Amino acid sequence: MAKSGWQRKDLLGIAELERTEIEAVLATAASFHEVATRPIKKVPTLRGKTVLNLFFEPSTRTRSSFEIAEKRMSADAINFSTAGSSLSKGESLLDTTRNLQAMSPDVLVIRHAHPRVPHQLAARLDTSVVNAGDGAHEHPTQALLDAFTILQHREQLDGLRVAILGDIEHSRVVRSNVLLLRKMGASVVIGGPYTMMPRSAEALGVDVAYSIDEALEGADVVMMLRVQTERQSRMSIPSADEYFALFGLDRARLRRANEGALVLHPGPINRGVEIASDVADGRASLILEQVSSGVAVRMAVLYLLAGGAS
Amino acid sequence: MSSVSSVIRASGALLVRGGRVVDPSQGIDDEVDVLIGDDGRVERLSGSIQVGEGVEVLDAAGLVVCPGLLDLHVHLREPGQEYKETIESGSRAAAAGGFTTVACMANTVPVNDCRSVTEHIVRAAQRCGLARVLPVGAISKGLRGEELAEMGDLVSAGVVAFSDDGRPVEHAELMRRALLYARHFGLPVVQHAQDMTVTGDGAMHEGPSSTRLGVPGVPRLAEDLMVARDLLLAEETGGRYHVQHLSSGRSVELIREAKARGVAVTCEVTPHHLLLTDRDVEESGLDPNFKMNPPLRESADRDALLAGLLDGTIDFIASDHAPHHVDEKLLDFVASPFGIVGLETTVSLLLDRLVHAGKIELGEMIRLLTSAPAKAFGLELGSLRPGAPGDVTLLDLEREVTVDPARFQSKSRNTPFAGWRLRGAPVVTVLAGRPIRVEPRPER
Repeated sequence: MAKSGWQRKDLLGIAELERTEIEAVLATAASFHEVATRPIKKVPTLRGKTVLNLFFEPSTRTRSSFEIAEKRMSADAINFSTAGSSLSKGESLLDTTRNLQAMSPDVLVIRHAHPRVPHQLAARLDTSVVNAGDGAHEHPTQALLDAFTILQHREQLDGLRVAILGDIEHSRVVRSNVLLLRKMGASVVIGGPYTMMPRSAEALGVDVAYSIDEALEGADVVMMLRVQTERQSRMSIPSADEYFALFGLDRARLRRANEGALVLHPGPINRGVEIASDVADGRASLILEQVSSGVAVRMAVLYLLAGGAS
Repeated sequence: MSSVSSVIRASGALLVRGGRVVDPSQGIDDEVDVLIGDDGRVERLSGSIQVGEGVEVLDAAGLVVCPGLLDLHVHLREPGQEYKETIESGSRAAAAGGFTTVACMANTVPVNDCRSVTEHIVRAAQRCGLARVLPVGAISKGLRGEELAEMGDLVSAGVVAFSDDGRPVEHAELMRRALLYARHFGLPVVQHAQDMTVTGDGAMHEGPSSTRLGVPGVPRLAEDLMVARDLLLAEETGGRYHVQHLSSGRSVELIREAKARGVAVTCEVTPHHLLLTDRDVEESGLDPNFKMNPPLRESADRDALLAGLLDGTIDFIASDHAPHHVDEKLLDFVASPFGIVGLETTVSLLLDRLVHAGKIELGEMIRLLTSAPAKAFGLELGSLRPGAPGDVTLLDLEREVTVDPARFQSKSRNTPFAGWRLRGAPVVTVLAGRPIRVEPRPER
């Protein structure tokens, strides 16, 4: 497979990517998507390569998705979870960098609670770095897999109206998606309670709505965000029930969107909080497809960064 | 007026000859000589003073001669965090940066909330004798914001003001009592004005840049709320209230209004808040050397701060010199501590970016670093009036410097200005008639 349209060492964010690079990832993912349908779901593309999954913050889904992608490509996948250990507190980026360099991995997949940590490590390392989420900043593979999923059902992103709804302030998913969708010619509206919207929401360069009904008006795609019921959100919403009543996506609300609108959610979903079960399990929902797409997109990213040359 | 001259011993007479004397306290901008007597105090200023043998002569030809500069907001980290800075290294940094007087904040370990800590600071400063180090005592015991520190005892040990800097006094009643009690001593109550409940885990200004970066924000409102509350308390109590390191344009307005009503309030601004914004934080790629508290705000705030400085709402400039060890700033932006050093960059930044840039007159800049801070804290410093302490700073307006943290005399290197090329620099200071020659460290 030719690696056309990709020259980068790292995938740090959507912010850095050109439209052609986004298209290169999506095209590559399409060819890997088929691997999951085979009886033996393994290709030798990354045999002999070491991929280190470095998660400074707890994550089950994203880490598993990367790990499956790595194993399907025959890479040696090693998980290095440090959440809650002394490393996440006291160790400096320099020490982390040196430790990692000493293990000479081929790709580092990094998640960290703080913005731009993967960027700073990447700048000091020869190894390829994939940002698997840095604080509320970026989550590029999520945006890529969301785009890939939509494109399974729509010809193009250009001209689509996408509503992204929920806790905008604390979401890395929304930032990467806004960047990607704008670059690909979609128009975006973000919506949610005033208390979950960044004060300078307009700085994201999209339409802003404070009513879910208004945001849904004319939407071709609806992306719901997970509400963090456990965290500081107690200051932002009085209760999960009230959130669902005012801001949750149910069938009646979904009817405000365009006929046949697609529903996405990065998971894990909170049923009866941000999304009603009949929507999550309904025909419009692409939530499980997103999970399958995630593996294909991550395979594509790993291939573009580490495949081919030896 | 607090007497601070006893801190430093004089060493014989000194003639500063041939310079351009700029002393805003007397409205002087003229080529005159300055004679400092055996007692370490200014004897007289006049054209071509002749002196006999035994009087040291300091040639100031081509230089600006001004009252010794004051930086009334620094952290010297001693006692307790000597790996960041000591009174000696901080004094060297002050002298290298053109300052003859610094006021050091109370958030040491242990806190300067009792006589023994104050006395340690005073003695250590005397031992090195490179600058006047004026201790600021805590408002509350342990900076805990629960009960008043022994203010009277601290005053007798030598503190010049009270502040819980770094830990805003949240409790309104404690703040009210502090303003009242401090009236007995005529000293200002100095507040790091920030509502911590609104600050949360914020790491930079809450605005467009923090929104794009997903960095938790510190809203302007955190400062505005505390300033507004404190201004009401100051008005009610008649106490002297000083706001540290203003960052919000709205707070400048609040103080302007309060001053117009006659509230006894003064305030300061740092060079970094006058020169940088949150866009610089974003463009640095979240360099921890751009992280300080209060954070760099938007260009409208920066412009409001400069306007406030020019119309007299803001009383003086101070650096909030906050040394942190290089290891601490190796952490990522969110994890690293707040604060940047300032003693060795302030003068060149102000000369280049404000004076040479035509935004502020030289005499006004000197006033903001001499008589203005002295007046705000009630210190008999910042003037070359006959009888005043013989502290002098010599400036070379044309010397070109490049900010090189490796050459700092401070133990710490945390500055966002590394690599900046600036025109204008301090040359030497004179402390009670004694020249203090501390150059930047040699280049490696």
